[in-house]
Amino acid sequence: MSDASLSPSLSVPGEAGMGDYWELLKPRVMSLVVFTALVGLVAAPVGVHPFVAFVSILCIAVGGGASGALNMWWDADIDSVMNRTKGRPVPSGRVAPEEAKAIGLALSGFSVMLLGLAANWLAAGLLAFTIFFYVVVYTVWLKRRTPQNIVIGGLAGALPPLVGWVAATGQFAWAPVLMVLLVFMWTPPHFWALALFVRGDYGLARVPMLTETHGDRVTRNHILAYAVLLVPVSLALGLTPVAGPVYLAASVVLNLLFLGACWQVWRRDRAAAEADRFAAEKRAFKLSLLYLFLHFGALLAEAGLGTILGA
Amino acid sequence: MAIKVEHELHGRRWGRNLGVGLLLGAVVAIVFGLTVVKILALGDAGRFQGYDHVVQPLAVPAGEGGGA
Repeated sequence: MSDASLSPSLSVPGEAGMGDYWELLKPRVMSLVVFTALVGLVAAPVGVHPFVAFVSILCIAVGGGASGALNMWWDADIDSVMNRTKGRPVPSGRVAPEEAKAIGLALSGFSVMLLGLAANWLAAGLLAFTIFFYVVVYTVWLKRRTPQNIVIGGLAGALPPLVGWVAATGQFAWAPVLMVLLVFMWTPPHFWALALFVRGDYGLARVPMLTETHGDRVTRNHILAYAVLLVPVSLALGLTPVAGPVYLAASVVLNLLFLGACWQVWRRDRAAAEADRFAAEKRAFKLSLLYLFLHFGALLAEAGLGTILGA
Repeated sequence: MAIKVEHELHGRRWGRNLGVGLLLGAVVAIVFGLTVVKILALGDAGRFQGYDHVVQPLAVPAGEGGGA
């Protein structure tokens, strides 16, 4: 067969470009994983060689990416139905499902082994547990069965700061556990705010998102409840040695703003939301991103200040 | 005139080959870098040399059973 006979838009499984493989690793999710893991590692009260720190964060990122690839392999059927996800490499046919699975498994093994060798085996075990939890517990087991899928499954996305901390220190502590709790409690209102304005997508795929199984009212109640529960967790983190006045000030302001946004979401119904094209829900969603970013950013600033003042 | 039809498929293959090559290079660099860091962390690189492949008692510090 000559090259000239090939159609210009040929899409052959196994002929994906590097960009498709990169997309398979869910780079946007990976950026959150890298950021929170970095804060966990930097906030730890021990010095880590910069190269070991770099490799540790890289391993955590690759492990997160591997989870994403395995998630795309398993969820190819529902991804192909949802507007938000049908352009992903597997449902669009650019990467074969078996290829996604092989890449996910290979990168999982690679990242865990390298983290064990670079940092310590407790951190490697935690990373392995994180991958297992995201792929098996969330993706395979919970996602299609219960509307509490993202609540329990959110633990996988919450663990990276603890992995980062353990990679540095080799042991557990209260501060990183509270960081995990912060991300864990933040995940439900973040995703449910999104689910309120992309509701049709989850319904098409028959994913039992709370908006589909229990309706708008219950979802709005849950968003407010989790926003309230977030307050003591974030303030408790402010009382640990890794935090200080910068974190506490940021936390108070962010909690007030986020509570306000979630209050706005709670006090109205779907008709009101549709009238202004889900403005309040979109605001709460955007604010949730800022909430988490600035909380961890404040911890990073505290760690930087500690280094400067301690020098 | 030379017959050479470039298809975008070739571009994808080239990109993939380059990507795999760079990734393999990065893995080698990471393993080498980690090795250097771990050995230097011992403080005295000679301690590592003392157990390199076969035990060399002369390269092991006296307190650790060596003759040096």
